[in-house]
This record gives sequence, structure tokens and C-alpha cells, in this order.
Amino acid sequence: MTRPIAVVAFAQLPNVRRDTAREETELVQPVINEALEQAKLTRRDIGFTCSGSSDFLLGRPFSFVSALDALAPWPPMSESHVEMDGAWALYEAWVRLQCGDVDTALVYAYGKSSLGNLRDVLAQQLDPYYLAPLVPDSVSLAALQARALLDAGGCSEADMAAVAARSRRDAASNPFAQVKKSRAASQLLDDPYLVAPLRKHDCPPISDGACAVVLAAARSGGERQVVITGIDHRVEPHALGVRDLTRSVSTRRAAEHAGLFRGKVDIAELHAPFTHQELLLLRELSLSDDVKVNPSGGALAANPMMVAGLTRIGEAATRLARGEGKRAIAHATSGPCLQQNLVCVLEVT
Amino acid sequence: MSEPDPTVVPMPIRLEYLVTAGRTYSKYLHALAQKRIVGARCPRCSKVYVPPRGSCPTCGVPTGEEIDLAHSATVTTFCIVNIAFGVMPFKPPYVVASLLLDGADLPIIHLVRGLPADEVRMGLRVRAVWVPDEELAPTVESIRWFEPNGEPEAAYETYEAHL
Repeated sequence: MTRPIAVVAFAQLPNVRRDTAREETELVQPVINEALEQAKLTRRDIGFTCSGSSDFLLGRPFSFVSALDALAPWPPMSESHVEMDGAWALYEAWVRLQCGDVDTALVYAYGKSSLGNLRDVLAQQLDPYYLAPLVPDSVSLAALQARALLDAGGCSEADMAAVAARSRRDAASNPFAQVKKSRAASQLLDDPYLVAPLRKHDCPPISDGACAVVLAAARSGGERQVVITGIDHRVEPHALGVRDLTRSVSTRRAAEHAGLFRGKVDIAELHAPFTHQELLLLRELSLSDDVKVNPSGGALAANPMMVAGLTRIGEAATRLARGEGKRAIAHATSGPCLQQNLVCVLEVT
Repeated sequence: MSEPDPTVVPMPIRLEYLVTAGRTYSKYLHALAQKRIVGARCPRCSKVYVPPRGSCPTCGVPTGEEIDLAHSATVTTFCIVNIAFGVMPFKPPYVVASLLLDGADLPIIHLVRGLPADEVRMGLRVRAVWVPDEELAPTVESIRWFEPNGEPEAAYETYEAHL
């Protein structure tokens, strides 16, 4: 029996292509302040803090330590960091809260994807002996996966364009989204390939951003709250060559362990940076047509590295809190071709 | 049986970044180009940080009111670099010191020159030596180094809270 944990606050910065005004503390501080304000807590009330970011994006070591200044870490505090998307920081915080000795946790993530050549930077996460020396860039690897999926009959280029058009149309009502409009799906198919079979619309924007979530032990007494009823993450084999790129077994297993299939969901916030990945995930998660998928616009509307996964959890929780549904799945991914996947099931209680 | 030679695969990686300093630190850098050293006071704890910070590590708020700091400082602690390595500003021995600018609550790190390395002491009073005006730029290298300003050694109590 796990301890029920509620998502009590979520704040994010507007996502932009290049944020030249903010360094780490300046990115993190506004979202932490806003999330704490929503939760009516102060920094001193927080039992555990965990963050997600990557020094490879910032191009300098220990940037996450600089960001800690935003937390007022003196006197010393209980803090941890993952060199991953903030969704995994949220997982660590959730595990920490299971111990029962602390009742609140602050989770934040920040990423400036704009400082280096993102496609080259992401190549550094590959296996260092066989793949990284070839510097296959992130878009080309996604294109290999899209090609495999198309060849297997898992989707069509028109299906992919429809995902892009719908995501960016939905993003129009998301004040934090970066790409907010799209031509009709049929027109998108007239564009040339960026890396075949991917066109520009199939790819995520490069985004700078930050977000923060506050977790707290769920309150008893029938108060309306958004509770994490299951959370799990799984990883695919590291070598892309041994994977079936048309499947995401790790997502399916994470969903099973998170209890997704015990009931229907109303909202799905899926971290699918490329259009074909949303189609692939929908199939692995057996989501039916009446599920509202990525009402925020998803990663196709804004994809701050290390942030976009945690944002999915925050977006899903916010929508449930607003009464847009009773049950939601939030998914986060990391690495090439959906390498690692996290599934978080949220319910209004 | 002899061991086989280890297989060595050189894989040079080069990534280029265009790093931006952020709005708070940029003020400090731009001031250096005007031959000024700018700090800022935390609105909660009143500590003066140099450079100004996006967040006071004790209070968690951005530093506020900007303060022009004196160009004189006290050596709080220092090290004598004796071993040559990488890119060095000078031939060893030379001195890198923690310098508490008058009016600041946090020391900066810079070079101390103008006296033999073995004569540098905690409490030594120094002043900034700037590059010629035409070479001023938004970098801490606008200050070439610090050198003794002739004042008597500062009492330990004046800087013990900043070690």
C-alpha cells in the first residue's frame, strides 16, 4: 500500500526559443515562488526538494548547484538532483514521501536548450563506444523510428501531420506554449522533408523554460484534491539496434505498474517530442478516441529539455484540479526514440 | 602469456555554446567596462553581494539595490601558486586571493601582485589595478590585479565573518 500523494501546485515559465535574460537562479526562482504561493507554503515548510536538469545543456559543470541559490539553501536543507527530466525528480520526491517522515516536497526543472547545438548535445547521451562517435543527431534518430513505424503500417504521414496540426491548434489556448498555430494537416504534407520522413511540423521546437511542482501527503476528510494513484518508470535496452523501434514496451509496462488500465482516463498529457511518437504511445497505452490528448499542445508546442516531462504531470494535474476530468495519465520520456518512459496516473478524489 | 595491447579509441568531442550571463550578473559585467565594481544588497538580510546574485542563498530573493563598491579590499585568505599548469596569467609563484571589497559581504577571487608572494598576509590592504581605459571590457579581467595600497594591515575581527 503506497501513501497517497497529492499534486498541490504547478507553475511554469512561458516557453521561448532563446531566453537571454535569465541564468539558472533567474529561471528557477519565479516558478518556485509561484508554486509555493499556490500551495500556501514557504521554503522552510518543504521537507524534501528534488530537481532535474542537465549540465550538458548549459555547457558548464554543476550548474544545478548554482540554481540551488534560488532555494535559500542556508541553513542546510534536504535536497537531491537528477541529471534527467524533472518528471524523474518528481518520482524521487514521491518515493521520498513514501517514507512518511516528511509530508511536502518541491520538485523543479529547468533547461536552456538554446545555448548549444541541441542535436549535437543530445548525441552525447548515446552509448559512448558504438553510437556516440558517429554523432547521430536526435532528429535523425527520431526519423529512423518514424520510418520503422511507417514501414510497419503503424501510422501514415497524414496521421503524423494531423497530430502536429491538432497539437499546435490546442496550444493557442496555452499561454505558456511557444508554437501556437498550424496550417491544416493536408497543407503540411506539401512541405519538404527536414530529415525524411520527418517534416518540420513533425519535430518539436527548441525551447528554454522551467517549471515547478509541489507535492504533499494527501489530506484525509474527503477534501477535493488531485492524487497520484500510480507512478512507474521503465527503460529500454540502451543499444538502439536491439530495440523494436515501433514499440514502447517500457511505456506499456510502466503504465501497467502505475495501474493505468484499471480504469478509463479523460486526459492524457504525453511527452511525445515527435508526431509519430504520440501515435506510438497512444497504441501502447490503449487510449481510446474519447481521451483528450495533449490539450496543452504537448512537447510539439514547447519542448524545454529536462522540463517538458514534468510539465506534462503539472498540466494534467492542473486540468483535473480545474474540473476538466476525473482521471488523467501524464507521461514523460527521456533519451533517443523514447528510451526511458515514466507514467504517472492522477485522479481527483 | 602476454597481455594484448589495450584497444584505445580516441573520440574527441567538441560542443560549442553561446552562454548568456543573465540579467543580474550582466549588470556587474557592464559596470566593469565602466571601471566600476557593482554589488547589490539583499532586501531581506542586507548583505551586499558582489557580483549581484539572482538569488540571495540565505533568503531566496534576488538581490536588490545596486551599490558601487570601493576599489580597495582586504585579503581574507590566499594561496601561492607554485606549480605551472594549463593557461597561467604569470610565471609561478604568484598569488590568488579572496578579496573582501570595502562594503561587501562576500569576497571575490582575484590576483594579488606588487609584492613578493611570500609577503602576502591575511589582512593585507590592497587596491584594484585597472587595465588602460581603452582596454576596459565587460569582464573581471578589466581589473588586472590588486596591489598593496599602503594602508596598515586590517584587524582580524574586521574580516573574520567573511572567511
